[in-house]
Amino acid sequence: MTTTARDTVLGRIRDALALAPAPAPAVPRAYRTGRTLPDAERLALLTHRLLDYKARVHPCTRDRTAEVIAEVLREHGARRVGVPAGLDERWLGAYDGEVRPDSADIPAPSLGELDGVVTSSAVSCAETGTIFLDGSPDQGRRALSLVPDLHVCVVDLSTVVVGVPEAVARLVPERPTTLISGPSATSDIELERVEGVHGPRTLAVVIRTDA
Amino acid sequence: MSTFLGMPATPPRSPYGTGNLRGERKFPKAAHDELRNEQLRRNLGRATHTIRAKRIAVTGELPDWEELRDAGSAVKTDTMHRLPELLEELERKVTECGGTVHWARDGVEANEIVTRLVRATGSRDVIKVKSMATQEIGLNEHLEAAGITPYETDLAELIVQLAHDKPSHILVPAIHRNRDEIRQIFLDGIPGVDPGLDNVPAHLAAAARAYLREKFMTTKVAVSGANFAIAETGTLSVVESEGNGRMCLTLPDTLITVMGIEKVLPRYQDLEVFLQLLPRSSTGERMNPYTSMWTGVTPGDGPQDFHLVLLDNGRTAALADAIGRTALNCIRCSACLNVCPVYERAGGHAYGSTYPGPIGAVLTPQLAGMHAAKDDPNSSLPYASSLCGACFDACPVKIDIPSLLVELRHQNTEQAGTTAEKLAMKAAAAVMKRPTLYTAAQKAASLSRAVGVGGRDRTISHLPAPLDGWSDSRDTAAPPRQSFRSWLASAEGAATMRAAAEEGARRTDDDHQEEQ
Repeated sequence: MTTTARDTVLGRIRDALALAPAPAPAVPRAYRTGRTLPDAERLALLTHRLLDYKARVHPCTRDRTAEVIAEVLREHGARRVGVPAGLDERWLGAYDGEVRPDSADIPAPSLGELDGVVTSSAVSCAETGTIFLDGSPDQGRRALSLVPDLHVCVVDLSTVVVGVPEAVARLVPERPTTLISGPSATSDIELERVEGVHGPRTLAVVIRTDA
Repeated sequence: MSTFLGMPATPPRSPYGTGNLRGERKFPKAAHDELRNEQLRRNLGRATHTIRAKRIAVTGELPDWEELRDAGSAVKTDTMHRLPELLEELERKVTECGGTVHWARDGVEANEIVTRLVRATGSRDVIKVKSMATQEIGLNEHLEAAGITPYETDLAELIVQLAHDKPSHILVPAIHRNRDEIRQIFLDGIPGVDPGLDNVPAHLAAAARAYLREKFMTTKVAVSGANFAIAETGTLSVVESEGNGRMCLTLPDTLITVMGIEKVLPRYQDLEVFLQLLPRSSTGERMNPYTSMWTGVTPGDGPQDFHLVLLDNGRTAALADAIGRTALNCIRCSACLNVCPVYERAGGHAYGSTYPGPIGAVLTPQLAGMHAAKDDPNSSLPYASSLCGACFDACPVKIDIPSLLVELRHQNTEQAGTTAEKLAMKAAAAVMKRPTLYTAAQKAASLSRAVGVGGRDRTISHLPAPLDGWSDSRDTAAPPRQSFRSWLASAEGAATMRAAAEEGARRTDDDHQEEQ
């Protein structure tokens, strides 16, 4: 009779716990959860944290979204941009370059031909300057926001929460989720920070507000 | 070998002679040579002080940092108690979501599983995300021997790989190299690199970007580790900075993740704790640039073939030790390395293991043992510390590394030490293992300080059992103004305990003779 590795490992764990039994601890969760802040403070905090991580920040009222996106794309010289299939078409309404809607059958290397990508976002955490993408139709598959060198990410202030617990509570676990805090970076050479290694070297965040 | 049903057997360590959990020389000898490398000491000193300052700044920002540490510590301890059910739950969820779960008793088996999976894809290349587990089991060497080329894609791992070197730090594996050395490594190792490449870090990073871009776009298989795995949902997570992780986790057709069994967490909600603890302790950032989370396979997004390899390799042996198992709580942030005066001077290579620094000194002997060979280098690791306690203070999950080091010193002398030392450590352990005695001993020690270091003439006249036989007939020199534990670990403390134990052993022998 052969024993599977699974049975062996699980058996070893049970043996180990039997050899050194100990009571399971209660988990104290006295850290801060469920925090809220007024719109203006969440906006200020998120902006501060994004800038600290070398992202570009472009706050705008919701009615100016298309204009601001077009300005940002022009500023970076992006002539050809990719968008997820479910992105609000109006957001690219003021852009005069080429817009390529993404689909799963486009091979990832072809995404390198794009000058940039515009996506929406699921949740953002102000305290850490983190944007969460979850693969919803307005955010697209993960490769789309990874391969092009410019990522213009639209954040609606209504989706910005204060801290990490508030953000995690809003996530859907089964969705492929990417947390983005500034452009990619490395400190591997003498601890000197270099922005932009493999991911998009520029992250521009358009934050939509009421007023 | 036979075992009786229902009788728990001590689980085995990582097999001797496999993987990267043992150096060739004992720590003092290895450290001696490293200490003479002034470049290394300058690089390390600068790097550790930089990260240290950043960590203190961002952990100080959070008023609930201590509460987060308490939660993190308890979640990990709770996890270890429930490991069988959590791993079974994880397996079930990953499988339900389209992944395949494999179990590996040790590194050799894990290497074989990964090699078989890569071969099945027909690919001769794999791209790799920085991973401690695959470094521990020597996966790269195994793949190369099987004719498969692994490409490390983390910048520091690439530097280490191209230089045929070993990592020297958990977070920044090439911390021992400076920019001039890295420039030369790239000129020698990257095909077609611009011969005019200078030593500016941004230019060096750009050279790596250009080199790896093609690998990301064309390689069909990736191998990663995992920072967390959620039992409740089957979600895996990798925390990184450069985007090489996202590339590897997203673009290939096949993803193989090798993960130590202790990395599982019970609930998705637990991420709210660890996504705060890890980045702030590790890189000293509020959040690392990129974190990827995936659950099995998502149609139309990312690898459509996902394999999770659950690795034991001595972890269950560590789990069998009520004290030592807390080392399994480690989330590999490397904060303890950056604050350790011994690591800062000796560097990571002196430890001889994938896991260097304070946590490595307690984890390595538990995974691989301390006496698997004659004069096992691992037996020197518990002594690679001054027991200053900085590692304990820095640890985001509150692993009491100094106590673990003392416990391992005890175990070492139990198994192989000289007789006198063995007896001393036995006596010390007898005190430390029993809370009431330990507290009594601590009280005796602190009381002696309170009354001006020692009662009459700087001595303690009464030690708690089992050392009372000794103090009945003479006074013990009062410990200096330091904790009982650090006194115990000092030369003076060791000598005192050794003498006490010898006396105690003689008395015990006498008692036995009287009984007969």
